[in-house]
Amino acid sequence: MTALAAVPVFGWLQEMLSHDFIRNALLAGTGIALACGVVGHLVVLRNQVFSGDALSHVAFTGALAAFAAGVEPLLGLFGSTVLCALGMALLGGSARGRDVVVGTVFAWVLGLGVLFLSLYTTTRSAGNGSAGISVLFGSIYGLSARQAVIALLAGAGVAAVVAAIARPLLFASVDSDVAAARGVPVRALGMLFLALAGVAVAEAVQAVGALLALGLMVTPAAAVHRLCTRPYAAFLLSAGAAIACVWAGLTLSYAAQQLPPSFAIIGLAFAAYVMAAAASVARRTS
Amino acid sequence: MSITDLATAPIPAPSLDLLADLEQLLHYHFMRNALAAGTVVAVAAGVVGYFMVLRGQSFAGHTLSQVGFPGAAGATLLGLAPAAGLLVFCVAAALGIGALSESRSVERRAESAAIGSILAFALALGFLFATLYHGFVSGIEALLFGTFVGISDAQVLQLLVASLLLLAVMALMARPLLFASLDPEAAAARGVPVRLLSVAFLALLGVGVAEAAQITGTLLVFALLVAPAAAAQQLCARPQVAMLLSVLVALLVTWLGMAVAYFSPYPTGFYVTSLAFAAYLLARAVRWNAGRRGRRAGADA
Amino acid sequence: MNRDDGAPAAPALQLRNAGARVGGRWIWRGVDLEVPRGELIAVLGPNGAGKSTLLKAVLGLLPLSEGEVRVLGAPARRGDARIGYLPQRRSFDPDLRVRGLDLVRLGLDGARWGFPLPLRGESARRVDQAIERAGAGAYAHRPVGELSGGEQQRLLIAQALVSEPALLLLDEPLESLDISNQRAISALVQSICREQRVTVLLVAHDVNPILTYLDRVVYVAGGGAVAGRPAEVITTATLSRLYGVPIEVLTAGDGRLVVVGQPETASFHGHEHH
Repeated sequence: MTALAAVPVFGWLQEMLSHDFIRNALLAGTGIALACGVVGHLVVLRNQVFSGDALSHVAFTGALAAFAAGVEPLLGLFGSTVLCALGMALLGGSARGRDVVVGTVFAWVLGLGVLFLSLYTTTRSAGNGSAGISVLFGSIYGLSARQAVIALLAGAGVAAVVAAIARPLLFASVDSDVAAARGVPVRALGMLFLALAGVAVAEAVQAVGALLALGLMVTPAAAVHRLCTRPYAAFLLSAGAAIACVWAGLTLSYAAQQLPPSFAIIGLAFAAYVMAAAASVARRTS
Repeated sequence: MSITDLATAPIPAPSLDLLADLEQLLHYHFMRNALAAGTVVAVAAGVVGYFMVLRGQSFAGHTLSQVGFPGAAGATLLGLAPAAGLLVFCVAAALGIGALSESRSVERRAESAAIGSILAFALALGFLFATLYHGFVSGIEALLFGTFVGISDAQVLQLLVASLLLLAVMALMARPLLFASLDPEAAAARGVPVRLLSVAFLALLGVGVAEAAQITGTLLVFALLVAPAAAAQQLCARPQVAMLLSVLVALLVTWLGMAVAYFSPYPTGFYVTSLAFAAYLLARAVRWNAGRRGRRAGADA
Repeated sequence: MNRDDGAPAAPALQLRNAGARVGGRWIWRGVDLEVPRGELIAVLGPNGAGKSTLLKAVLGLLPLSEGEVRVLGAPARRGDARIGYLPQRRSFDPDLRVRGLDLVRLGLDGARWGFPLPLRGESARRVDQAIERAGAGAYAHRPVGELSGGEQQRLLIAQALVSEPALLLLDEPLESLDISNQRAISALVQSICREQRVTVLLVAHDVNPILTYLDRVVYVAGGGAVAGRPAEVITTATLSRLYGVPIEVLTAGDGRLVVVGQPETASFHGHEHH
């Protein structure tokens, strides 16, 4: 071990990993990225990116509501996303109908968020709005060991459930009419999936915040989507890409102190997406 | 009312005499300006929103309402006017989304993923700028939720002129845009420049959002774009009537929301968006009921 | 019936040594054909042979790489008001909240700039007439998204008719319709052709639903095309020559024609990833 420490990079990494907050962040980030990658692949496939965006803003509202009410924020976070997911799944129909439903729910939820933000800042003396900012842009360095373990377990749980229902869900996503005819419970699976997406989003909010959670969920999966058309392989690749972005992003943010971790993670994911898009265009025209 | 004002301003009490309440409401200059600004935005949003909802582009609309933030933050960092950065980013994003747009659903999912990725990165960039320029953090809230208290006469005028221009262009484009939105292939065969119109519409949307957002905040703009038009289309399938209805609902929701917010400690944005959402739910309930009665009549016949 | 009284009118469609390329590949080449006015013509051929390409060339949406195409006596150009066009089956989103009537009206003035004020007088009459002609009067006031495939199709035919075209182009109008609707639409199209003296060019991948209504056939296959009466074109000899390989045309007991031996058309290898 000490011999390795002689190599500058390893020594530096060792130093980085000696910090609690880094280890917690990595632990939580891995679980979160796992859930996001796996769910994100399906979100892209099912053309439900807007719904994912709405859920991330719902998470903002839910977390703030919990803050304002003095309740455990995680409850507000997860509870609100799951409830909203179920609501949207019930109200939405075709793609255009979904677009409208998601848009109107979204707008209202943001309005609620404003209310809770004002309640929170007037009833609590922490009126500098920092809670709002940390919910909006993430606070992965602020996670305790307990929170990190919860995040990891929740992430693994989401991934496990998705793995269990992957086959019928893929069928229903790609060809819902035929799937329904074969007895696949398309509607129920749709609701379950959106609820799982809600959980994944709530997870992501802790890492990169409500405004950027969509990025962690969608961008790595979108990059993989551009290059890989095999659905099962894409699951693994999306999860891997998301995890890689989190690890690399945290490392980058540690190295360059001015870069907030959420920016580093999303920035790397976006860079990967652009490269994947360029590669797929090059492949198509060659 | 802005959030910081809440702590200091006394909350006026509403009486049961509506006329007196109205008088009190219109007594202050800032309130008259806020109502004027709200009216202008509601009319423009009602018209543009009709097409946005018809075309199923609420996601694009929402993206445009958020993407201005990094523009404003970046401009502040560079020492430029935030409004300029806001406008530039909104238009650039609109053109970018327009370039990505495909009408076939196979491509649509790739397009949505692209829009989502760009949005997230833009916001992340904005956050970076905001943290590098320490003073901007409070500006984020103003941009998102609006500042109804400090609207000047000049701003109302600016908003009015921009909206009139926007409405004039929309009036010119309305027919071919409607055709292109409903039936792009037939429209293209008749010489309608479908793609150009798509990009132009998104650019208009971007400009409109950027203009309105400075005053009423992006939240309100987006809510007024989506909910009134969605409600109107539930109730009526005739384009001209639905457009008019969309404007009326937007106006009603804005006036009522602002009036209620005046007498309440809670933010305007909350009331307006909640009323807008309620209007949509009401419209859906009306249609569901009409459908149910229609089915029963059909079954009896 | 095929010619107006007085000076002979130009044929509805004229192709001289026409060739079309899409993406660097020749779809068809050296096509010479003429289609007189006032007839009901089916454009047939296997998938990928270039039927839709032919329609696009006629509509002026696809410039020819070789030769010329003349429509109603003038070179093909985009946005020709004398042509009514029904694109291939587009299904309307069930949540689309616009009336059928408004959709038809777009066929009249949808391409013109300006705001669609409510229709009055002559324009309103033309829209109503087109809808009645297409037999869609009962449901024209309902939102398009709520209607069945056959009902939507009739409204789309009305949309193509409302500008009172001299030439009507229908791209696979019978696709995804059930048998009774296929017959009804075929009969409707024939009656429009006869009564309003409109030339109708109709793309189909199966000739049998419309066989009894046809005056003429344009058969696109093997990189070329041939026009003539059905009995002349859909024969073993003609099709074998067109395809360049032995083809057999069989007549089933009920009069249906079956074409046997068609080679797999080299499909266009576009990149489709899902």
